[in-house]
Amino acid sequence: MINQLSWKVGGQQGEGIESTGEIFSMALNRQGYYLYGYRHFSSRIKGGHTNNKIRVSTYATNSISDDLDILVAFDQETIDVNCHELSSGGVIIGDSKFGPKLPEGVDAKLFSIPFTEMATELGTSLMKNMVAVGASASLIGVSTDIFQSVVEQIFLKKGESVVSKNMEAIRAGAEYFDKEAAGKVGDFKLDPADGQNRLFMIGNDAIALGALSGGARFMPAYPITPASEIMEYLIKKLPEYGGTVIQTEDEIAACTMAIGANYTGVRSLTASAGPGLSLMMEAIGLSGITETPLVIVDTQRGGPSTGLPTKQEQSDIFAMIYGTHGEIPKVVMAPSTVEEAFYDTIEAFNIAEEYQVPVIIMTDLALSLGKQTVNPLDFEKVKIRRGKLDTSEELPELDKGVYFKRYEVTDDGVSKRVIPGMKHGLHHVTGVEHNEQGKPSESPENRVAQMDKRMRKLNPLTTKFPEPIFKDEKHDDADLLVIGVNSTRGTIQEMLPRMEQDGIKVNHGQIRLLHPFPTEELQGMIDKAKKVVVIENNATGQVAQLIKMNNKVDSVESILKYDGNPFLPAEIHNECKELFVHGNL
Amino acid sequence: MATFKDFRNNVKPNWCPGCGDFSIQAAIQRAAANVGTIPEELAVVSGIGCSGRISGYINSYGLHGIHGRSLPIAQGVKMANRELTVIASGGDGDGFAIGMGHTIHAIRRNIDVTYIVMDNQIYGLTKGQTSPRSEMGFKTKSTPAGSIETSLSVMEMALTAGGSFVAQSFSSDLKELTSLIEQGINHKGFSLINVFSPCVTFNKVNTYDWFKENLTSLSTIENYDPNNRMQAMNTLMEHDGLVTGLIYQNKEKPSYESLVKGFREEALSSQDISLEKDQFDQLVGEFM
Repeated sequence: MINQLSWKVGGQQGEGIESTGEIFSMALNRQGYYLYGYRHFSSRIKGGHTNNKIRVSTYATNSISDDLDILVAFDQETIDVNCHELSSGGVIIGDSKFGPKLPEGVDAKLFSIPFTEMATELGTSLMKNMVAVGASASLIGVSTDIFQSVVEQIFLKKGESVVSKNMEAIRAGAEYFDKEAAGKVGDFKLDPADGQNRLFMIGNDAIALGALSGGARFMPAYPITPASEIMEYLIKKLPEYGGTVIQTEDEIAACTMAIGANYTGVRSLTASAGPGLSLMMEAIGLSGITETPLVIVDTQRGGPSTGLPTKQEQSDIFAMIYGTHGEIPKVVMAPSTVEEAFYDTIEAFNIAEEYQVPVIIMTDLALSLGKQTVNPLDFEKVKIRRGKLDTSEELPELDKGVYFKRYEVTDDGVSKRVIPGMKHGLHHVTGVEHNEQGKPSESPENRVAQMDKRMRKLNPLTTKFPEPIFKDEKHDDADLLVIGVNSTRGTIQEMLPRMEQDGIKVNHGQIRLLHPFPTEELQGMIDKAKKVVVIENNATGQVAQLIKMNNKVDSVESILKYDGNPFLPAEIHNECKELFVHGNL
Repeated sequence: MATFKDFRNNVKPNWCPGCGDFSIQAAIQRAAANVGTIPEELAVVSGIGCSGRISGYINSYGLHGIHGRSLPIAQGVKMANRELTVIASGGDGDGFAIGMGHTIHAIRRNIDVTYIVMDNQIYGLTKGQTSPRSEMGFKTKSTPAGSIETSLSVMEMALTAGGSFVAQSFSSDLKELTSLIEQGINHKGFSLINVFSPCVTFNKVNTYDWFKENLTSLSTIENYDPNNRMQAMNTLMEHDGLVTGLIYQNKEKPSYESLVKGFREEALSSQDISLEKDQFDQLVGEFM
């Protein structure tokens, strides 16, 4: 019996590869296993190799594994492209229809199973992936019964006979594989799981659910990979809560429409990836100078320009922090797990309203799209704070010709906010520098007063922000402090015990608040380590540069990967070890 | 009841003496009073340029945004609070150059916003460059040899984009303009009102006298029916777009808001945004 394994299904895009992985992992999740998925796909609808790699374990992990135990192939390309990942003694299960061949030098066991033929006999070749799911179930030692509830959920709307046919296909696949593989494979039988029914979702689901729970009721957005799931979820859900999604003509419209709604008192967000973020830059400045709350999600993918639109990267960090001309207060948050993506989204709306600033929630493709097991989400932690938004019925009467002081200079820089429709709350809002009533003003004194007021608003944030850095600090005198952002957290965590085994003491910090930068928090960690290593999916070491700029540190090493794929634990393990052995430590 | 004086504030516009925009400002103030709204229930959203300043000159809620983006902001305001009267305004550069993508989609989306374009066929605030509304051959700082691009026929464009309320006016005709803005506000859907607003400083061709000579009022056209889209299109083409009045209105076309499933009459901004525990549990349960 084993406590974890990696399973991958691959074929041509458009032939149900994603749903095969979905059904396989949903059923296992319902048994209490922990799942972590990563989808390899291309920017096209049909054709081209695609695969879905899923890690199954009896313990929580947020990382893909280095190698692969089981490869389910619907074409030879899947075998050729992925066989190098297979661990020694790994298993390939291929559809006999394409005559699967084991490439030379690959130490794996190949089983040719008539997926398509069996499915066709049972009614339709479409069920070939069900036969494959059944064969996989047999190999990992789980009962085919565990698929019943998932198959019902997906196919019941097509009728009970479709459900029973699909279950039949799963059972047939399992029985066939049982006979075929008896005594010929190593032990891939999984330890039983704890039976807990946890959540199974992608980061984008968590952000969308967080937005809904956090009171967002309006989302203008433009479709883009890998952000679209956020709008797709809210398109389904918002109408039940009185709100709606508008698919806009572009991201400029999305961002400015969200500003209009937030100005009018409705929590509103938009979500995009790098190309959309670039288009929103001017509007982000408008939100900043008009002190209009705004929440933007940037699900990073490979840039620049169209770059690698379906691949992992973390290269928009500077754009998020510094983007927009001029100077504004702005917040950039970087959740590092799906759970955090949920709570952080709620917090993003609270911060946006409390400080009256734009807030960007940064994710990366692996976090946004990786489907994984998620611990229960706590309703008690869902709190809505709207800051100085005045919700009274009526304000004191204003003198004729005098506006409400929407931009009153205050100690904390935050002014009372009223929304259109409110009696005696009239004021002007403009992207031109303005006085306390919002009227344009070019007076140098006023300019300085308003700039200072805006720029001091975020002063308390780094100390008030809940957990600006996720810390795993086992050592007061660590050899290495390893730092990452977003989805690399699980990979770094996976590496830590290996480094300890090598006798290298490692602390880990995952930065969750990127701007304003948690300098003090991080300094405490830096001071406990001999060396700082930053792991990031970009070519220029953006997080490393932020650390050099903000902290007292002798040097910062970078481990970078920008080939479109997420880090593997072994890669960062080897590079960290190399740095320790040969580096200047 | 508010009067047009209630929509005046004490801010002195920075427009040149004689600018057409003064009359448009007055027409908006009168129309707002005539339709029975009050300053607190009016939001004026404007773009950038001379005309973009208008939101600061009307005693109401106002947002002066970024160049070309008054329409998406205004649509966001309206979706957030359906009970507000929302006017968007800006120049021809704002609406038909940098913001054209938003204009055409706002027209077809049909959210209940009244869009007033202050069309002077030139860029004024940047001191005299060509606009998409400038005539072919028009000499400006950016087209010293004369514009070599075709002037955009915006009213025809609005009709083809599915506009439900398309009107044009001239800033000198305060009475007609006020009436058109009133009708635009009362129209349940997106209304586009293009207003010729002469730039006395930089446009020496399309002057007050020029417009008086060249504009045809639709009221002088026998049997003109503003509910007839084909007649509207033909009339515009016959007069090279130089007509004033209500060109086309489709009262049957439902507004965007009225078509959104579950969208309530009550302002979204005044609805409770917190979830009940059972709602939350149900939402979370869907991910099991």
